[in-house]
Amino acid sequence: MSTPEIPLWEVFIRSRSGLSHRHVGSVHAADATMALGAARDVYTRRGEGLSIWVVPSNAIVASDPADKAMMFEPTASKIYRHPTFYEVPDDVGHM
Amino acid sequence: MTTTSIAVRETPLVLFLLGRADDALVLGHRLSEWTGHAPMLEEELALANLGLDLIGQARGLYALAAEAEGAGHSEDDFAYFRDERAFRNVLLVELPRGDFALTMARQFLYAAAIDPWWRACMAGPHAGLAEIAAKAEKETAYHVRHSAEWLIRLGDGTAESHARAQAAIDLLWPYTGELFDPVDPALAPTPDRAAWLSAVDAVLARATLTRPADGWMQRGGRGGRHTEHLGHLLAEMQSVARAHPGAVW
Repeated sequence: MSTPEIPLWEVFIRSRSGLSHRHVGSVHAADATMALGAARDVYTRRGEGLSIWVVPSNAIVASDPADKAMMFEPTASKIYRHPTFYEVPDDVGHM
Repeated sequence: MTTTSIAVRETPLVLFLLGRADDALVLGHRLSEWTGHAPMLEEELALANLGLDLIGQARGLYALAAEAEGAGHSEDDFAYFRDERAFRNVLLVELPRGDFALTMARQFLYAAAIDPWWRACMAGPHAGLAEIAAKAEKETAYHVRHSAEWLIRLGDGTAESHARAQAAIDLLWPYTGELFDPVDPALAPTPDRAAWLSAVDAVLARATLTRPADGWMQRGGRGGRHTEHLGHLLAEMQSVARAHPGAVW
């Protein structure tokens, strides 16, 4: 159903202690308090979460898909940035 | 109706438990009526969540009533095979769902009474009830928050939403007295009307709504004397179970 006057909020949920919040979706709500409630009602019905963040969708600044080549492709050839490029001495054990 | 209703062995404890269970079941059913009709998807899920909490509470209370009655009746027998006069819910919960303002106003008036009552029951004389209360009070605490936040926004919203919220409070007020009818202290605490009033006043003030004067209070539900609305609700709620008695999923 269309709700043009009601702002959109992005929802982030932390599933358990020690893990970081992850984006799970969005809700419509008139303000922050109602957005937290809506996020709880929509995204934590099966015990998914211990903590919720809601952020106004229009507060998120996103990269432009048209800039993809400039932004992301130059890293493809720099394999030495991956830690797997280096040999780990036996004495170090598991990293 | 193709099947006969059950006859309940009505001791004071059984009647008390059935009354509280019927409150939760009937209000839960009223909330379920919003499924497919809510103003937005988020609220549709919220209303269904509230309704499912209440129906879960009703199940626990019916199980306790069955144990107290000792006649081999099940939760389903109590929910689906009693007639209107055997239901002991307060009249407040059986009134039609009305508009969204009425649904939220009723939810708030009910939850603000029942949430502290559940907490009181946790230290009450009945161990089984205390166990249900420990789970239920976390659910109803959220019901209070959700319905209060909506009532505040409806009351302090547009002229239209304010008028609807005030009309809902005015219509419901005479039905709130029954929530506080004295309970035998040997069974459970009586809900605290003074505490409820101060909680209600705080929310109504933020909602810029006016608390109606206490006048004539409607009563009868605890004695099985209902409004004309309960019969229709039960006819819909019970029709499948009565058409197919003993059917299982």
